[in-house]
Amino acid sequence: MTEITYREACRQALRDALIREPRAFLMGEDVGRYGGCFAVSMGLLDEFGPDRIRDTPLSESAFVGAGIGAAIGGMRPIVEIMTVNFSLLALDQILNNAASFLHMSGGQCNVPLVIRMTTGGGRQVAAQHSHSLEGWYAHIPGLRILTPATIDDARGMLWPALLDPDPVLIFEHASLYNTSGELEETAGPFDISRAIVRRRGNDVTLIAYGGTLRVALEAAATLASEGIESDVIDLRSLRPLDDETYIDSIRRTHRAVIVDEGWRSGSISAEIAARIAEHAFYDLDAPVERVCSAEVPMPFAKHLEDAALPTPAAVVAAAERAMGRG
Amino acid sequence: MSALAHDDALALLRDMLRVRRFEERCVELYSAAHIRGFVHLYIGEEAVAVGVIPTLSDDDSIVATYREHGHALVRGVSARSIMAEMYGKTEGCSGGRGGSMHLFDAARRFYGGNAIVAGGLPVAVGLALAEKMQDRRGVVACFFGEGAIAEGEFHECMNLAALWQLPILFCCENNLYAMGTALGRSESETDLSLKASSYEMPAWPVDGMDVVAVRATAARAVEAVRNGSGPHFLELRTYRFRPHSMYDPDLYRDKAEIAQWKERDPIPALIARAEITPAEVDAIEADAKVEIDDAVAFAEQGTDEPVESLTRFVTSELGRT
Amino acid sequence: MADPRVFRMPSLGADMTEGRLIEWLVQPGDAVHRGDLVAVVKTDKADVEVEIFDDGVIGELLVPVGDEALEIGTPLATVVDAGAAGPAAAPPPPAPTPPPPPPAPTPQPPQQPAPAPRPPEPPAVAPPSLAPPRPAPTRSTPAATTAHVAASPYARRRAAELGVDLARVAAAQPGHPISAADVDRAARSRVAEPAPAPKPEPVAPVDQSTAMRQAIGRLMARSKREIPHYYLQEDVELTAALAWLQSHNEQAPVDARILPAALLYKAVALTAAAMPELNGYWVDDHFVAGSGVHLGVAISLRGGGLVAPAVHDADRLSLVELMGALRDVTSRARGGRLRGSEMTDATITVTNLGDRGVRSVFGVIYPPQVALVGFGKISDRVWDVDDGIGIRPAVTATLSADHRATDGHIGARFLADVARRLGQPEELR
Repeated sequence: MTEITYREACRQALRDALIREPRAFLMGEDVGRYGGCFAVSMGLLDEFGPDRIRDTPLSESAFVGAGIGAAIGGMRPIVEIMTVNFSLLALDQILNNAASFLHMSGGQCNVPLVIRMTTGGGRQVAAQHSHSLEGWYAHIPGLRILTPATIDDARGMLWPALLDPDPVLIFEHASLYNTSGELEETAGPFDISRAIVRRRGNDVTLIAYGGTLRVALEAAATLASEGIESDVIDLRSLRPLDDETYIDSIRRTHRAVIVDEGWRSGSISAEIAARIAEHAFYDLDAPVERVCSAEVPMPFAKHLEDAALPTPAAVVAAAERAMGRG
Repeated sequence: MSALAHDDALALLRDMLRVRRFEERCVELYSAAHIRGFVHLYIGEEAVAVGVIPTLSDDDSIVATYREHGHALVRGVSARSIMAEMYGKTEGCSGGRGGSMHLFDAARRFYGGNAIVAGGLPVAVGLALAEKMQDRRGVVACFFGEGAIAEGEFHECMNLAALWQLPILFCCENNLYAMGTALGRSESETDLSLKASSYEMPAWPVDGMDVVAVRATAARAVEAVRNGSGPHFLELRTYRFRPHSMYDPDLYRDKAEIAQWKERDPIPALIARAEITPAEVDAIEADAKVEIDDAVAFAEQGTDEPVESLTRFVTSELGRT
Repeated sequence: MADPRVFRMPSLGADMTEGRLIEWLVQPGDAVHRGDLVAVVKTDKADVEVEIFDDGVIGELLVPVGDEALEIGTPLATVVDAGAAGPAAAPPPPAPTPPPPPPAPTPQPPQQPAPAPRPPEPPAVAPPSLAPPRPAPTRSTPAATTAHVAASPYARRRAAELGVDLARVAAAQPGHPISAADVDRAARSRVAEPAPAPKPEPVAPVDQSTAMRQAIGRLMARSKREIPHYYLQEDVELTAALAWLQSHNEQAPVDARILPAALLYKAVALTAAAMPELNGYWVDDHFVAGSGVHLGVAISLRGGGLVAPAVHDADRLSLVELMGALRDVTSRARGGRLRGSEMTDATITVTNLGDRGVRSVFGVIYPPQVALVGFGKISDRVWDVDDGIGIRPAVTATLSADHRATDGHIGARFLADVARRLGQPEELR
């Protein structure tokens, strides 16, 4: 067991992939000489050279599409889009090409591409730099959407993603890079399709992913002091969603709170709530609660930003409502 | 220009007529509602595909647009599988999943069939990147209309290809109209070769109605790209005789202009230039008719994919690689 | 495949399903060749010149130029071989219009649960009507005014599993939907037999006062047996109230003069209206709020005996009206001329033994009510005033309350509210 940062875990994962898979290479803005906008790829250029740690111009559409073409052409590219905010410039390539080539070609052309993006708000970087669009991407058939929230997942999700013959998008919440924790060295295959229960309790189910896992865990601790015990579920994958894990939990607790940093309307929390209504309606003792970002472009002022984002207090209040105490 | 061997000319004519008659049959089939959706015809532009594609090897790759029936035919995708695809049958080259705008044949390195204007260019750049990174000698021929030049992706791709010296041949089929918008109304600089050359790559305009000129230029360009001279750009000046898609009312073009370009129809031009006899033409026409009739009959008897398998082809059915 | 000898309305675009024939470019007898333009068709997007893919001679134009929308495939003209003699073959019948799609099945309304049966009514007690529900939360919950019981899906399932009638389950928080915990609790407490309804026993042929005594005895015994009483007491200063009363009475005609007791009753009535938790009944394991404040007035009868008839809507009567009602009901009670509704409708009762000279009274609640307010005599007391001691008139008010319905802090608020109102006599008018 070693103590490392989330950033370091991401770097190790990249290094590991580049060593084990000669067809793999990292491509994106400032991944090489700059060492990565969030310092994830620091040092990799020296180790692997400019061919495999490729700095690109500010051309999201071109280099994401190039990743698609390279993948079709036999490479295993890892494309880094600096943040999800800039991925919108490449949305056509991601949706109309990466997610669609396999289907349009009747199964002939699969796209074994990995795209990594930093996501999320909370650092006062305002409206155009604070998006959480994982849920949006999870709408698209043909993509796999991963949201590593822990050190273990940051370290372990990249390799299976690389092995996946189809496109995988990995979202790293910016607030996690500096967090640290123990890395378990696990042998054996790493399952990227299952949700994991991070804390057990019988009164209410808290469902979270990526940056909101910490919010949910903090809320769970507070709730425990009030005598409310929570199951905290880390979804880990937004597409496909592991329905079984959270539905099983709700069958036991009868109450659910979904914590989602996306804007509430049409978010992944709405999808999960719908699935809960579909599969666990007769197990619900209270309406499903959702704690999401306020429907406003992210404001700059800190107190406003804090008010816009999901907080442990809001999750606690939602759980209390679900318990009939609110 | 070197003398054109007669057999050579016949081969060129054969390909152009196959494409022409195939496209004309599509008009008929579409009018009879056997083909539905969008159909974009290549009539008038045959010299471009027929001139460029045979200069490519089996190890080269092609990325094209939604006006790609001709490219697919010339590349060797059978008329049967193209027609079956247009009928939406499982025997189609994309399994009936793609339709007219998404013809794919991975074995022939024919990567679509891309319906977003300029959307295929980044993929083509990526295919070229893969060639270079794997030390292969393949060339990627990327076809697109001049309308794509207005899209940001064109500029990103030209820059990236030149920056990384990728083995890609950008083939701009300039037919002067992006759907209903004339080139002069959408580009401040309508000299496309000039614009392309600003990206530090050779950019050659070609008379796209002269199949021999197209072929000669393409051959030179492909060889240069293959030998590591970096990306090249061809501006193939051509014209489509029919509207943008089936029964676009074509209100934006002057009938006199269309008539003028029809006088430069590449097929009669080749016949005249190579002195191909009527008997030879008839023979080629007859072969084409047989091929196309056969393709239509094949498509008509094709299989509809069972609805139960609707959600296939969202994820690969391969194992992990 | 279409008959090649019939020229049909062609498909003219991805989203076109019909067109209007606005011009014929040929006439019967014209020779046509593949690719010739023969008609002009109007679509949503444009007028399109339409070509024919046949060689021959136009036989008959089947459709005239016009505004009619024609579906793709509609025969427009016949084509015969060049040189064919005779009139064109009879045109095939027009393609039948497709049958209209079957009407979408109207969705069946979800089965409504059968309306909850009302609890059996004790004959002597009129069925209580439901108080207006609390303000609904912004989420939809079925209104209490419908027969539908608000309960979570899991609660319903539990109720079905346990055989519990949801209508008899009280939500832990009034106004909230019934939760599974409420159902579980109801299932557990169902073990005790339901309280028998207080109904007047058939009077044995004994003298009436004995019968009444026996009835009172049974009622009081039952009250003590079933109702977990708690008791609260508060001394209420009446300086302001009595001063106000005196001033009022000095200016009022004799029949509008008010006794102090009326102030006490009015204060209780207003407080009961403001705190409905103490104004109503405990029935079948849950509280049912009274339909109004029908103040039970404990009246002792000559020859022994006690009745507590209701003054209806006491909170809405002016002080003068209330005084009149008190006088009226007292005299009728003593005359044995009370109405049935007065006997059964009281939602909270006041017993005022001030006349008897006792300081305080801790009364016994009249089931199924959940509270009884007691007053002792108004007397001068040593009182703590302005950092010193004074003498002030005061009365001891007590509350006997059903601990199933309320807890002490609610009872305490009730008494405190009564005390406050008595300190603001103007508001008791």
